[in-house]
Amino acid sequence: MNPIKTFQKGGVHPEENKLSADLPIQDFPMPKQIIVPLGQCLGAPAECIVNKGDRVLTGQLIGTAKGFVSANVHSPATGTVAKVDVVMDHTGYYKPAVFIDREEQDEWVEGVIQTDELLTDIKLDPKQIIDKVKECGIVGMGGATFPTHVKLMVPEGKKAEYVIINAAECEPYLTCDYRLLLEKTQEFLIGVKILMKGVGTSKGIIGIETNKMKAIELLDKTIKEHPDLYAGIEVQPLKTKYPQGGEKQIIKAITGREVPSGKLPIETGCVVVNVASTYAIYEAVQKNKPLIERIVTVTGKSVKKPGNYRVRFGTPADLLIEAAGGLPEDITDIINGGPMMGKSVSVTNFPCMKGTSGILLMTLKEAQDRRQTNCIRCGRCAKACPMGLQPFLLHKVAKLNDFDETEKNHIMDCIECGSCEFTCPANIPLLDYIRYGKAKTGAIIRARNQK
Amino acid sequence: MSYQTLLYSLAVLGILGGILAAVLYLVAQKFKVEENPLIDEAEACLPGANCGGCGFAGCRALAEACVKQAAEKGNIDGLACPGTDMNKVAAVLGLTAGVFEPKIAVVRCNGSCQNSPSKVHYEGADICAFANTLYAGEGGCSKGCLGLGDCVKKCNFDALHIDKETGLPVVDPDKCVGCGVCARTCPRGIIEVRPRGKKDRRVYVCCSNTDKGALVIKNCSVGCIGCQKCLKECPFEAIEMRGNLAYIDPAKCKACGKCAKVCPRGSIHAINFPTPKPEVQTEVKPENTVTA
Amino acid sequence: MNKYTISGSPHVHSTENTRKIMYRVLLALVPALLVAIYYFGWYALRLTLVSVAACMLTEWLIQKFLVKGPFTINDGSAALTGLLLAFNVPANLPIWMVIVGSVVAIGIGKMAFGGLGKNPFNPALVGRVFMLVSFPTAMTTWPKAAPIFQAGFFTDAVTGPTPLGILKESGVGALVKANDMQFLDMILGNRGGAFGEVCAIALLLGAIYLIARKVIDIATPLSILLTVFIFTGICWLINDEAFIAPWYHLIYGGLILGAFFMATDMVTTPMTIRGKILFGVGVGIITVVIRLWGAYPEGVSFAILIMNAFTPLINKAFKPKVFGVVKPSNK
Repeated sequence: MNPIKTFQKGGVHPEENKLSADLPIQDFPMPKQIIVPLGQCLGAPAECIVNKGDRVLTGQLIGTAKGFVSANVHSPATGTVAKVDVVMDHTGYYKPAVFIDREEQDEWVEGVIQTDELLTDIKLDPKQIIDKVKECGIVGMGGATFPTHVKLMVPEGKKAEYVIINAAECEPYLTCDYRLLLEKTQEFLIGVKILMKGVGTSKGIIGIETNKMKAIELLDKTIKEHPDLYAGIEVQPLKTKYPQGGEKQIIKAITGREVPSGKLPIETGCVVVNVASTYAIYEAVQKNKPLIERIVTVTGKSVKKPGNYRVRFGTPADLLIEAAGGLPEDITDIINGGPMMGKSVSVTNFPCMKGTSGILLMTLKEAQDRRQTNCIRCGRCAKACPMGLQPFLLHKVAKLNDFDETEKNHIMDCIECGSCEFTCPANIPLLDYIRYGKAKTGAIIRARNQK
Repeated sequence: MSYQTLLYSLAVLGILGGILAAVLYLVAQKFKVEENPLIDEAEACLPGANCGGCGFAGCRALAEACVKQAAEKGNIDGLACPGTDMNKVAAVLGLTAGVFEPKIAVVRCNGSCQNSPSKVHYEGADICAFANTLYAGEGGCSKGCLGLGDCVKKCNFDALHIDKETGLPVVDPDKCVGCGVCARTCPRGIIEVRPRGKKDRRVYVCCSNTDKGALVIKNCSVGCIGCQKCLKECPFEAIEMRGNLAYIDPAKCKACGKCAKVCPRGSIHAINFPTPKPEVQTEVKPENTVTA
Repeated sequence: MNKYTISGSPHVHSTENTRKIMYRVLLALVPALLVAIYYFGWYALRLTLVSVAACMLTEWLIQKFLVKGPFTINDGSAALTGLLLAFNVPANLPIWMVIVGSVVAIGIGKMAFGGLGKNPFNPALVGRVFMLVSFPTAMTTWPKAAPIFQAGFFTDAVTGPTPLGILKESGVGALVKANDMQFLDMILGNRGGAFGEVCAIALLLGAIYLIARKVIDIATPLSILLTVFIFTGICWLINDEAFIAPWYHLIYGGLILGAFFMATDMVTTPMTIRGKILFGVGVGIITVVIRLWGAYPEGVSFAILIMNAFTPLINKAFKPKVFGVVKPSNK
């Protein structure tokens, strides 16, 4: 095992609470009607290409990517389109979605290899790989949902030196990536190989936190057993610290390079991809399977039966909560994702999408105490910030609407990890004000650049 | 204490003060910037709040622009302070101005705590612009007022405040000058600046939600459902549909009030009309009850 | 239906809060308080209780009648100011004087600026300096330390000068003669002085607890002590007739109390490590200058207050390095 590395600046240690770590993945049955949102990624939502009454097959394209930063949407089930209407998703707003009345059996589209056999030969060339990733609608499944094919297109003049797989899963509670690594190890490793071929490098590093020792050992063992097949791939254990899974932090920890402010990771020669996305890329490239399902962790301290479920998109979350033993009495927060960066949701029946890594039910005791007191200028937020910013200053200046000062103090470099608000002894909602400041400062900068 | 000392001190300080005063006066006269005295007079007509509603950087800047344009073109067309009768400024500059239309800010949402009961509870920074990115609103309407008061904080004339019972901002008609800062601040574009209307009467649709009627009903009891009854009733064709939302064009509206009477949801508000406006829940007054 | 909460992430929080921090500092000062009661008897305890009560009452009254805002006396900061203020005064000070000091410390030093976190100057020191300037005699008449079993607990103590007082008035020779240079006595607190500052060991115990619990940073105290040591050391090496050895300077007066408990007050001191070191150097230099050449025998209070005024500038000058930002001159 390689020696443990980490990033130096900042970081906090929230309780890990990996309650579902040892629970194997279970397939989750779909309901009679699934609701597939068209906007499942960062950037523009997909454009619907089916109409009411159309019969769609599993894996059929139902929404095409609109614009450069956008991703295709495919049907997760076989059935008839009931309507194309709006649904309230986890953002609390109504978004366009396709409602499909399901048939019991899956009828896949042509070309999809449906066996579970491990296919190790990569038949496509790099350009075909990227096209396939785009065609199958693969996005960053860690939560950010950035279209992966855009990430894999290395711009002119830059070279990708490493493919880094972000297996840190530093968010407390979430275990979907961990289970995937334990149960689909070889498929995942082939996915890493595909990525390496796609961007044109021979080095792949899997960055994984030390609280997942079983996965580290299993990956090491598998790579050692097939040295020719998995040449160039190595496992890099990382110290368990939040936000180890931040793109810039994992690059710094593994390679020691800092992504320059305002630039993309490719400047340091690294391409960072999530575990679930890597597995989806394996399925896409080797079996022509588009992205229609993912692993979702349903968890929480009062949840009776936490679990990791393989869920097809469009399944309403309240069915998953029912399967986990029902909604407990003392829940105050329902969170889509993890507790540090997840989004709190107003309704329980939002549809599961590409970015739904977990459904967390939080109790009153555990949720943040929001009784605010005065800032005592202790500086803990600045110590915790992994980007070296000063949250106490940024939030004050953003509140005062002084967007010159926010820009000067590098508010746009904030990765919104929440470490500052986590440590603030006065319970000030620092990240709320910083996000507000970022939105306003970003708008001013964009307007200035357009002139 | 010697009176001589006192006398000497007084004399020295007095003479010193006199000399310095004289020097200051002479320097002020010598380096005085020659400004058109009309600018001061024009500025005196303006409110002096520097709200930016006229599009200039403060009242003095508008006064300068008025004087400049009056000298060059002989009119002050296109220059207006929303809170001033520009005829006064025109009179000071020796011109005649056009007809001045007073405006007022109008909050096009009636999703109060009673009409749009809260389904979730918000905790976080009290900035509407931020809450807007988190969720649709405590009542669930995606175009409803969030009630955190960004507009109140920005108003330079203290004309807005949040009503504690309804949770909505209330415009004080005596203080509002229609400068439009609140309308630009609202992240959902709920506030609109409309003309005050003849006899201070105005009619507007008090809703900003363009979603389909079924969706609106889920979240609010007084939202516009796009049934178009008002559009059919209007004798002046002043109403148009924007999505599923009715919108009354202030240029065409003659403030007859007919649309407000036929609206089944009570979404249209007719302000300052002599007869009571129809409400969704009509109160049965005891005197009117017919006893069998 | 259960009403869920909508809020921005993060949705969990560490267990730290302001109240815990304040109470930890109070706990760290308990050893020093016990030693003070041992040497100075009932008077020390009485003054402490009165000071703490007066501070909390002042804050409560101001919040009720002037500010009309929420009550924050439970967060422990008023109590901490009261305790530190009491530690800075002679044990035989009349009670009414310490009440006046408390009112000034909280009313002017803290509430007038807007409450916790908004004051530029350390409130306890504001109160102390106010009392020093307003009641000079009472504030400089120091009782001699009288161990609890030798003198009575309630007896009015005999007064005498402090080591620094002797140094200022009569020079090194007199200090040596007065036999006040028993090092052990000095550390244990068997000497004259403000009852909170005398026992170096008790204070250091508390300080070690705070550093281990990560409540305070060792940067400021270390830089203050080092600066004082080096500065007085250089003077002593040049002329050991006129100056006493540097290790005595470390334990005399309120240096240890000031360095570990006043100069580490988070509200009024810089945020970054480099800023803290500069702050400490400044405090050290000014303390020594006042001690050796100034009119007052002890200079820690004034030094800290002066450096508090520089804190905003220091914060502006020393900002942490931002990830991914390379200064153009380094390219």
